[in-house]
Amino acid sequence: MEKLISILFIYILVDNFVLQRFFGICPFLGVSRKMETAMGMGMAVVFVITLSTLVTWLVHYYILVPLRLEFLQLVTFILVIAGLVQLVETFLRKASPTLYQGLGIYLPLITTNCAVLAVALLAVRQDFTLLESVVFGIAASLGFWMALVIMSGIRERLDLAKVPAALQGTAITLITAGILSLAFMGFRGMLTF
Amino acid sequence: MMNNLYLADITRGIFKENPIFRLVLGMCPTLAITVLVKNGLGMGLAVIAVLTCSNVVISSLRRFIPEQVRIPCYIVIIATFVTIIEMVLQAFVPALYDALGVFVPLIVVNCIILGRAEAFAGKQPVLRSLFDGIGSGLGFTLGLLLLSLVREVFGSGTLLAETNFAVQLFGANFEPMRIFAQPAGAFIVLGLLLALTNIVFKRLQID
Repeated sequence: MEKLISILFIYILVDNFVLQRFFGICPFLGVSRKMETAMGMGMAVVFVITLSTLVTWLVHYYILVPLRLEFLQLVTFILVIAGLVQLVETFLRKASPTLYQGLGIYLPLITTNCAVLAVALLAVRQDFTLLESVVFGIAASLGFWMALVIMSGIRERLDLAKVPAALQGTAITLITAGILSLAFMGFRGMLTF
Repeated sequence: MMNNLYLADITRGIFKENPIFRLVLGMCPTLAITVLVKNGLGMGLAVIAVLTCSNVVISSLRRFIPEQVRIPCYIVIIATFVTIIEMVLQAFVPALYDALGVFVPLIVVNCIILGRAEAFAGKQPVLRSLFDGIGSGLGFTLGLLLLSLVREVFGSGTLLAETNFAVQLFGANFEPMRIFAQPAGAFIVLGLLLALTNIVFKRLQID
């Protein structure tokens, strides 16, 4: 129990997946322009990462390890994730059209979100149990969501500011993210494994 | 005439469509592993290898891959080459493999590689795709080298640390500016470099 809670805190605040570990930077820069899209993307990522961590963990320990096919780990994981995203999309379209309208457009983008594959690989590399892996997935994706929402709040304000011509666009966003990352360094050392 | 076409394929990836400074793709490894020049170079070479191989294979299979399932096909081809590179690194340069960590398998989801497959290799002949892969890979490597150079010089005060050519740049009393080696420094240095290249490209009117 103690370990589960510390995993939760470490990967939301101390080792934030976006700001400290650099996973999922592309969507972080791409869809953080508006608060609304940031919320949608964040929700979709939490959903997909939690589910994919569960499935990839089971695939690794119940299919790849008994068959000694660990070298196929990467190919299998990326296929499982891509298939899962497709499945979730199709399922949501039939089962819950309202939820699909909210998450639908973000789902295809998630396949190339490196945070999803990173969580799956790290859960196996760090020898997490099934429950720990799922909590790890939830924590990492909540951290991603939080960073995305904070960033979109800043960027909505930034639209009203006068930015020098050369810094406009991605450059100022990166520098803002740097300052945000600096702020998150305050959590460092609070909790470690 | 033909040679000019190939040359253009290479230089386009380095300048006009530089993955890091122009297209802003593949940001995760760019920010994460550029603490030392050595790591930047290692990651750059790994990406060149994967990108060139995957471009060639995808281009030669472009008539056989059905349009509807092309993305999964591309991903499987890329993942295969990444697995090969991962094993090679693990066997021959274990120290570098450990330093790059999980970012070696994550080359699979590096947007540059899938981006080049989708935008170029899926439509163009094999030889042109080969040069396009080399060009984009070189452009990516140059970006990594530039970023890691700045971060290593200011962040640890060394040049080419952990290699045979390691140089201590400043005197013994130099206190390294640790922030450059931290995640926050990566964001800020890359932001400033992007601004700088914006100015340079505008002056040279490369756009």
